[in-house]
Amino acid sequence: MDWFYAKGILILSGINLMAVLGLSLLTGFTGLFSFGHAGFMAIGAYAAAFIGVNLGLPLIVSLLAGGLVAGIVSLFIGRFTLKLKGDYFCIATLGFGEAIRLVLDNVQVFGGARGWPGIPIRIDLWNVVLINLAGIVFMISLVNSRHGRNMIAIREEELAAKTIGIDTFRYKMISLFTSAVYAGIAGGLVGYYTGFLQPKMFGMTKSTELTIIVIFGGIGSVSGSVLGALLLTALPELLRAFALWRLVAYGVAVIFIMISRPEGLMGGKEITFRGILRAVGFGHKHSKAREV
Amino acid sequence: MDILEIRDLTKTFGGLTAVENVSFRVQEGSISGLIGPNGAGKTTIFNLITGIYKVTRGEIAFGGRIIHDLEPHTIANMGITRTFQNIRLFKRLSVYSNILTACHGNASYSVADSVLKSRRFRTEEKCLREDAVSLMEILGLAEWQNHIAHSLPYGLQRRLEIARALAVKPKLLLLDEPAAGMNADETQQLMHHICRIRDEFSCTVFVIEHRMDLIMGICENIVVLNFGKKLTEGPPEEIQSNPQVIEAYLGKEARIGA
Ligand SMILES: Nc1ncnc2c1ncn2[C@@H]1O[C@H](COP(=O)(O)OP(=O)(O)O)[C@@H](O)[C@H]1O
Ligand SMILES: [Mg+2]
Repeated sequence: MDWFYAKGILILSGINLMAVLGLSLLTGFTGLFSFGHAGFMAIGAYAAAFIGVNLGLPLIVSLLAGGLVAGIVSLFIGRFTLKLKGDYFCIATLGFGEAIRLVLDNVQVFGGARGWPGIPIRIDLWNVVLINLAGIVFMISLVNSRHGRNMIAIREEELAAKTIGIDTFRYKMISLFTSAVYAGIAGGLVGYYTGFLQPKMFGMTKSTELTIIVIFGGIGSVSGSVLGALLLTALPELLRAFALWRLVAYGVAVIFIMISRPEGLMGGKEITFRGILRAVGFGHKHSKAREV
Repeated sequence: MDILEIRDLTKTFGGLTAVENVSFRVQEGSISGLIGPNGAGKTTIFNLITGIYKVTRGEIAFGGRIIHDLEPHTIANMGITRTFQNIRLFKRLSVYSNILTACHGNASYSVADSVLKSRRFRTEEKCLREDAVSLMEILGLAEWQNHIAHSLPYGLQRRLEIARALAVKPKLLLLDEPAAGMNADETQQLMHHICRIRDEFSCTVFVIEHRMDLIMGICENIVVLNFGKKLTEGPPEEIQSNPQVIEAYLGKEARIGA
């Protein structure tokens, strides 16, 4: 396997990881399921490409702007669905994801269903890695703050969260917004990596894939999401030689993990520096239960 | 001074009237009780006070302010917290995390502060962690701090729920059947804890309970509900000897409780 190919897989993993980190906050830490996150990726992708191509802004500004547009759209959806009981939100995201794809299929400005070629390629491994590192640091800081704890409280027991004074609606909105920004940035990366955008890249399959990765990695674990994104993006690529059988292998791998570790790869735990030291026999003994 | 005033409170669910024209007051600094047979509407009244249910008619005033049209989290932050009849802990989190999560009142740092690890973040977060540790010590939960909430023995789960409610620094603490499922020893301990909480946290305690030893042992004033209506209220001696109450409640419960 040559370096160029390996690099491609790593970049794709990084792009997925960005979206998975965001979804992990929403699903893994706040307990809200979304089946339309690819829709936020699409919005971010088209917005970032549009801004970069037409206004000639630098890459990072275009990506952030794409993320912001996705975030703002998410606030509209959240505003109307997050006050309702859980399932409405889930159904709304499903409808939203499909609606976005249909709209893009039919808006000719962006090339419609045939796609939008000729987007300048500006993504290389180093900037994907940097963006992901920033994304990971931000996410870890967030979930380890009072803001993150409030979101976890909502996941664990919403009613109790309210009665200890947490504005659950506000925190669901913050969680959704943040996760949509991540998805939007991931979408922007897609465009600037492949140089080509097409609505069907952001369909239900993509949304489902993201959710599978979050659950596979372990609900409520940032390191689980990282591992999940790397493994589950690389796996189908490495198995590409086996043609369609690779999807079977992918399915089997996911099912195997879910049966042997129903709480996901990391199961709410984090890989920490101290934990690694302990595992290899250094460091002190006192074990810390998940302190979130 | 009355900390809580309930005026002509009514709650209906479709055709069912769960609470009907109930009025009473809870005195500041007191330990007061709310009793009545199953289905009398006790928990519904707690749900109305904490804003989880919207009132159908009537008023609830807390420290002189009308609160019944506020959101639950606003009411909590004004100083009313509670425990639940069927325990609602953050099940998969440790004892420490359960309490730490509730200790958020004293912090105001932003998301940016937490990412940049600003000074404000560090000092406020340190305060929160100290608060959580001291609460665990006061309620005898320190040795359990790393245990996952749902793995705790039942009595400790109830105690943790009280600790979590106290982390919000309430002025009024509502306890919904805190002794349910406890043995005599644990109940004794709980009574001791409730009295200590009232004194050390200088808050008012309003408790729903079926265990007459607890209610009669610690409450200064008791409100009796029956079929959604207030039957009577008064100090323990009076309630114990009230023939109406004995008929509606004590006779039946004494048999069940035995
Ligand atoms: N959310 C609800 N929907 C419909 N009926 C309810 C609801 N909550 C309580 N009730 C009814 O109100 C009555 C009083 O219930 P509750 O307040 O739980 O009684 P208690 O706590 O005194 O045992 C019961 O008949 C119960 O079925
Ligand atoms: Mg009840």
